[in-house]
Amino acid sequence: MSRRFPILGFAAVFALVLLAVAGSAHAQQTLMMATTTSTDDTGLLDYLVPEFTRDSGIELKWTATGTGKALKLGENCDVDVLLVHAPPAEQKFVADGFGINRRQVMYNDFVIIGPAADPAAIKGKSVREALSAVREKQSIFTSRGDKSGTHQQEMALWRDTGGPIPEKEPWYVQTGQGMLNTINVAAERNGYTMTDRGTYIKYEANHQGNPPLKILVEGDQILLNQYSVITVNPTRCANAKVDLADTFAQWMAGERGQKLIGDFKLLDKQLFTPNAQ
Amino acid sequence: MEFIFEGILQAFVLLWGADAETLSAVTATVKVSSASMAVSLVLGLPLGFWLGYHRFPGKRAVRTLVDTLLSLPTVLVGLIVYALISQRGPLGPMGLLFTLPGIAVGQAILALPVVVALTATAVESMDRQLSVTLRSLGADRRQLLLSTLWEARFGILAAAVTAYGRVMTEVGISMMVGGNIKWHTRTMTTAIALETNKGMFAMGVALGLVLLAIAFAVNISVSFLRRHAR
Repeated sequence: MSRRFPILGFAAVFALVLLAVAGSAHAQQTLMMATTTSTDDTGLLDYLVPEFTRDSGIELKWTATGTGKALKLGENCDVDVLLVHAPPAEQKFVADGFGINRRQVMYNDFVIIGPAADPAAIKGKSVREALSAVREKQSIFTSRGDKSGTHQQEMALWRDTGGPIPEKEPWYVQTGQGMLNTINVAAERNGYTMTDRGTYIKYEANHQGNPPLKILVEGDQILLNQYSVITVNPTRCANAKVDLADTFAQWMAGERGQKLIGDFKLLDKQLFTPNAQ
Repeated sequence: MEFIFEGILQAFVLLWGADAETLSAVTATVKVSSASMAVSLVLGLPLGFWLGYHRFPGKRAVRTLVDTLLSLPTVLVGLIVYALISQRGPLGPMGLLFTLPGIAVGQAILALPVVVALTATAVESMDRQLSVTLRSLGADRRQLLLSTLWEARFGILAAAVTAYGRVMTEVGISMMVGGNIKWHTRTMTTAIALETNKGMFAMGVALGLVLLAIAFAVNISVSFLRRHAR
């Protein structure tokens, strides 16, 4: 055996590994979905997807990102179906011909949370009054700042107050991160933030039901957070698995999916309300 | 602070109980980093030898370029690879997006400059007399390449270990190209990012320690090889 054996042996082993990796990439009945962090972080998909696979025999893979990137993945034909929550952006997505069959499946709502001491005294106020008070008092407010569905909703709320959307103000902190991270930043800075209720309940559960930030504003009509399923447009994306996507959308909007969504609980609280028509 | 200690404890629980999700992420990490290392070594060793051995006009410019690529941001590599293998990209039909081979392509790009630069340095720092001696003994080009690489083996091993460390710990490419898909493309690093996003800091620490344990195992085998390659 030559002295060069180790290097050649290395190369041979690596080549085998490479073949093994390449060989494991073959496709089957697989549906690819892009979704938002809230459906993944709360554990909803870990709970729903095995049920869907059992009922339909379809394997569902998902990648969880902000709604902005999820829509972009759909636009580039890299996924077959979307589960997202930014109605205006979704309508534009469909109108631009990137998606079809937008179907509402469930909602949760947004809440404004902050320290129990409530320095800007927003507890129980309407969203408009509360945000105006935060701006006036210049209390710390953390924002996702990532074009996600939640961030778009938050900007709409600021717009609704009549004033400018905060951007460079020293009290306005844009994290550029996911919802739970943004809540954690708010907690560290003793500030306010807006979150979907599902993620807040998850945050509550992480703190054994007694977190430093409390719900201060809720129930305002403007805080509704609608989730929809959209199929990627097959006339643009020849590779899109429309049949499988349709099966998934129908299952989500059907009796079984809707019941499972309503039954999903954390800390004995319902996170999402099914509302398919 | 207490989540650090909790995480250390949890790391043992994960390893001891052979937790299925953790094992899946470990397997994905080992598979994908081995594949990318194979590619970057096969391409990088000859390139590094060529760069270190030959003198040619513009050599310093090439060296500077390679050294600059050592700082390639992983997110940039992720975005470029995504643009190439997206269904709308030139390599879309290969179906590499959201697969381990897709991540391996990106990581190979990340590791290549490390292998090339460190191999070139190892070859450069060798005795100039070696090639003269080899050629006087009648070595052909292939023998020259292999003998020189063999003499520089410890430097090359260091290059491989460094590249492996960079590949195994990157998040940007795995996240962008792999999509962090559970049971498929969730690697150790994207799992850590996810747990952290979920606010499960202790779990993040635990997975980080498991990753460190894998790196330890790799380095143990390398030092074993080193002893037996003398």
